[in-house]
Amino acid sequence: MSSGFGWRVDDLDTDEMILNMGPQHPSTHGVLRLELRTDGEVVRAARPHIGYLHRCFEKHAENVDYPGVIPYTDRMDYVASMGNSLGYALAVEKLLGIEVSPYVGAIRVIMAELQRIASHCVAVGTYGMDIGAFTPFLHLLRDREKILDLFEWTCGARLLYNYNWVGGVSHDLPEGFVKACRAFLREYDAITIPELMDLLIGNKIFVKRTAGVGVLPVPLAISYDLTGPNLRGSGLARDLRKDAPYCGYERYQFDVPVGTGQFGPKGSCFDRNWVRSIEMAECSKIIHQALDFLEKTEKTDVHEKVPKRVKPAKGEVYARSEAPRGQLGYYIVADGTGVNPYRVKVKSPCFTAMSVFHVLSRGMYIADIIALIGSLDVVLGEIDR
Amino acid sequence: MDAASIHQRLAAQFGERITAFQAEALQPWAVVAPEVIAEVAAFCKSDPDLGFDNLMCLSAVDYPKETPPRLELVYHLWSYAHTHGFVLKVHLPRESPSVRTVENVWGVANWHEREAYDLFGITFTGHSDLRRILLPDDWIGYPLRKDWVDPDFYNGLHVKPTPQMAERSMAGEKLGVGPFDHTPPNRHVED
Repeated sequence: MSSGFGWRVDDLDTDEMILNMGPQHPSTHGVLRLELRTDGEVVRAARPHIGYLHRCFEKHAENVDYPGVIPYTDRMDYVASMGNSLGYALAVEKLLGIEVSPYVGAIRVIMAELQRIASHCVAVGTYGMDIGAFTPFLHLLRDREKILDLFEWTCGARLLYNYNWVGGVSHDLPEGFVKACRAFLREYDAITIPELMDLLIGNKIFVKRTAGVGVLPVPLAISYDLTGPNLRGSGLARDLRKDAPYCGYERYQFDVPVGTGQFGPKGSCFDRNWVRSIEMAECSKIIHQALDFLEKTEKTDVHEKVPKRVKPAKGEVYARSEAPRGQLGYYIVADGTGVNPYRVKVKSPCFTAMSVFHVLSRGMYIADIIALIGSLDVVLGEIDR
Repeated sequence: MDAASIHQRLAAQFGERITAFQAEALQPWAVVAPEVIAEVAAFCKSDPDLGFDNLMCLSAVDYPKETPPRLELVYHLWSYAHTHGFVLKVHLPRESPSVRTVENVWGVANWHEREAYDLFGITFTGHSDLRRILLPDDWIGYPLRKDWVDPDFYNGLHVKPTPQMAERSMAGEKLGVGPFDHTPPNRHVED
């Protein structure tokens, strides 16, 4: 068959082709390079290449003192900095045997949950954008902006806060914060959540595009240590805020949403994203209760338990917390002589989520690869550290 | 199960090759002989009482000042079924450390082991894809070892300028190598 342009369709090469996606591809959520071996539209094998954003966090951590590590932790998952520093602070406090007051605990919970909403706003919003829906992104970023305003009011920073200190937080909540936060949440509950459900989650095109793609069975998820919304999307209700509560999470009533497979097999891209959306509503419930608790409880100085000099005895600890993207673990070794940590290792939830990618992507269409990366909700800053 | 009974169970199975047990630590750990770590890992996962289906973290730590100097691999295990955890450690020599991979037991170990290889130079025999993961492929050395010294050059570029060099370069002097060959584009010029 002649095409009329001097070549014949029969002459076309039908071999497999290596396709490099990224590192500057916008839907790789940062600087991720995917090496795809493609057979037409189908991906036969995929190899993620990471490390473009490696900033030697673990080496830095060995060269500054314990509180000095906190600004570096903020820079790992820059979309959810509060969660990172909270995990680190909890780990060092465990090493030192410090327990913060319920008042400080409640502040931390409020901040962590606001951050979770903001982080999921970005995750769900950009996911919609990857798939082709631009509007939800704008609506969600509008609400994230309001949360960042609250953060800025509290500690002066909008993205990298250095807020959770070892033994406390850097600033007490400003006067009027509770009222402003409630006002934000009322608007958020009444407008943003229904809007999100209408615009994106219930959208027929979105459902068809994501349900049935990238199915992750529970045993595979556990073997590859996927946690947080990725694990819950597969239907296993494991959440550290329920299973091993910290900062007084046991006081608050909330549900742990799990993927139900309502539009296809359980554990699909849709389920992971759906869990995040429902979690956004649950966060609001927790913050309401934490604000109530904050008003009732006795106010303490937020620097009350902050040690003058952090110098733990020889020992080591592995502490986990439920960051927006899953379980964030810090393995800290103290040698008991210096004021610097001897070793800090971070188990980042995005790192483990990315490590299962080559298994999930096998046999997918190239277009679905985009849907898969977005649904795993990886932040490259945290993968590369 | 608590840590003591987990250790007993492992000791009953592997005897001498569980070489030490530290019960007083915040999170008790057992030291496993390097040659059996793959078997111990498989047993930890398959034994119904232990049921460690999840590897939470795999870290390497460098202890050059201990006697004998050693590299340590730390496996943090977790069981979703029994909600208990345990820590396994493996001691390796600092010269040509090598140990068997556990990626067939827990898939996530694949990338964790690549990271340990990349930053500490520990080789994992039987690993399916042992390459550098965070650093560039042409990187030389293992930066998270305690005796690491930053290199002066990387691919011909002078990467560790002294303060004096920076000063001379800003004054407009050509130093001959690397980024300081060029005048910084946004340099503020007085005249």
